[in-house]
Amino acid sequence: MSENRKLIKIATAGSVDDGKSTLIGRLLYDTKSLTTDKIEAIERSSKQRGYDYLDFSLATDGLVAEREQGITIDVAHIYFNTDKTNFIVADTPGHVEYTRNMVTGASTSQVAIILIDARKGVIEQTYRHFFISNLLRISHVVVAVNKMDLVNYDEEVYLKIKADFDALVAKSDFTEDQITFIPVSALKGENIARKSEEMPWYVGNTLLDHLEVLEPADLEPSSVARFPVQYVIRPKTEAWHDFRGFSGMLYGGNLKVGDEVTLLPSMNTSTIKSIHYFDQEIQEAAPGSSIAITLDTEVDLSRGDMLVKSSSVPRSEKQLTATICQVNSKPLKVGGKYILQHGVNRVLAKVDQIESRIHTDFTGTETADQLKLNDIGRVHFRLSKPIHFDTYKENKANGSFILIEEGEYDTVSVGFIE
Amino acid sequence: MNNLLIPNPKEAESIHIIREVAAQFERPVLLFSGGKDSITLVRLAQKAFYPAKIPFPLLHVDTGHNFPETIAFRDKLVEELGLELIVRNVQDSIDQGKVREERGRYSSRNSLQTTTLLDAIEEFKFDACIGGARRDEEKARAKERVFSVRDDFGQWDEKNQRPELFDMLNGKIHNGQNVRCFPISNWTELDVWEYIKTEDIEIPSIYFAHEREVFLRDGMIWTANEHVFREAHEEVLVKMVRFRTVGDMTCTAAVFSEAVSLEDVVGEIRDSSISERGARIDDKRSEAAMEKRKKVGYF
Repeated sequence: MSENRKLIKIATAGSVDDGKSTLIGRLLYDTKSLTTDKIEAIERSSKQRGYDYLDFSLATDGLVAEREQGITIDVAHIYFNTDKTNFIVADTPGHVEYTRNMVTGASTSQVAIILIDARKGVIEQTYRHFFISNLLRISHVVVAVNKMDLVNYDEEVYLKIKADFDALVAKSDFTEDQITFIPVSALKGENIARKSEEMPWYVGNTLLDHLEVLEPADLEPSSVARFPVQYVIRPKTEAWHDFRGFSGMLYGGNLKVGDEVTLLPSMNTSTIKSIHYFDQEIQEAAPGSSIAITLDTEVDLSRGDMLVKSSSVPRSEKQLTATICQVNSKPLKVGGKYILQHGVNRVLAKVDQIESRIHTDFTGTETADQLKLNDIGRVHFRLSKPIHFDTYKENKANGSFILIEEGEYDTVSVGFIE
Repeated sequence: MNNLLIPNPKEAESIHIIREVAAQFERPVLLFSGGKDSITLVRLAQKAFYPAKIPFPLLHVDTGHNFPETIAFRDKLVEELGLELIVRNVQDSIDQGKVREERGRYSSRNSLQTTTLLDAIEEFKFDACIGGARRDEEKARAKERVFSVRDDFGQWDEKNQRPELFDMLNGKIHNGQNVRCFPISNWTELDVWEYIKTEDIEIPSIYFAHEREVFLRDGMIWTANEHVFREAHEEVLVKMVRFRTVGDMTCTAAVFSEAVSLEDVVGEIRDSSISERGARIDDKRSEAAMEKRKKVGYF
């Protein structure tokens, strides 16, 4: 599959009227990812609504309810590619009520595009979007200053927005992100795939050129190997009589045959005997690999346990502190009990204390006795059993979890371990 | 022995999802249509559990209007890989009076499959159905979760979906509920074709250009045979065609094509200007056709 193309995952954030759907529709159109029948459907709908331009937002607005309201209400995934790169866009709505959607979309993304309407400049929404991209530690942010056509492609307007955004950056604790500003008009296609002649004062890349030269490896901070056991493979056949393969996805760093490993929670040690990818035996696997590992000693290891290099063992504790984002309308309360899912491992968790609610506009914190939908706060938990974690800063996969409530089993919160 | 494995991120994600299904559910099943997407799922499932066998059966909901090439292919694949296959027939649902055959010019058994599928889920107490749906196929699918919880009636509530964060999948359900699982959610049609080519996966012959009796209607190429309603004036022609998706004959249109190899097909898809579902007659019914079918339990 696309063996020569890299994969870049992008989350988009913008307010309802910033033209986000138009931007994505334009990217699809300019990369020839919209097919004849989709273009025809857009032409038909645009005409029916009496527009005198092609409404590209119709390419992405999926569900009937939101077509009627004219806004996006959920996370939609959109795919396009160029010769060099496969892109996945998580299109997340920017309305104030939908913090959870941007957190969700950003959790699987390496790049955030924050849209700003050139006429409105940096607004409260922008603060919130940038706050979330920082919370998720998205290492690469593109600030697309859109609707430049409506401000006469004026450089002064662009520079003012850039200065305001830089002031916002100064307020953030997360300093490892790279931020790029691009003035665009999604509607007219200026600086999207085509360099704008209307803005000769802008000397940088177009949005698409900029995204295309990103390297996935540079977007993921390097860390240490974590291998949560997902499923134990036991063929029980003549040919594979004694085979016990511990399967799962490898995060953070490489593992290779001969590595001395520590098994959690037992703290037993062993050595990697073989690594399997389908019918091939491999010497070493890179992060992101779905593999099966065998060990050279008989060990007791099952789903939810973890295999790590003995040289770098994570913390194992029954208490933890995390930043929580509430993603369900059922509030998080002190004393509440939840199923905590950390990777593929589940334990019970109890909310010991809600320390604070964090303002997403960088204005500090306040005390709170519960966290409601879209609230972000700092929370202390007690667990039924220890889990083996890193901080989110050290290792995203091993430093995050979700909370599942025990009634409907809804996913109610996401946590970033501190 | 290979030195260093650099993963294909989409394949690795799909294997991860399939293993989650096997680990989180009691009775999973893989919905198999004989089309390229479900064939790709079978390969991914092989990879997920090798050297063990795939630990769940395949379920084929047969409309009775499938291409014979697809059925022959299905049986051969199952035989070669030693898989367990369950077949349930739409004809039986019709005979039992649970659904009524559509009539007229656009009649199809496609939407009748839903009843047969839901009955099979109940009969075998399946709690997870693995399907080959992809988010790039259709606008309503773009918002589908990887694990999509359905109620006792198989219904999808798009406003009340569980958010999916990072790669953590929440498959906790109550008795009677089931989950539709979509391991290749993030693949595009081109990804699937390139994968089939790279992996050298065998697919049914109707995906390649062949001569076939067809007729033209509404700018689409329909198979001419006894299962497809045809007006007297709609002339039967013999043309070189192939199929881009393989559903039931009554809802799958062909495209003119000279592509006889996988290489040709991948080239054709790359250059293609008609989207895959453009050749699905069922979606042409209305702009919101897919969304409406999903709400009542269609895949």
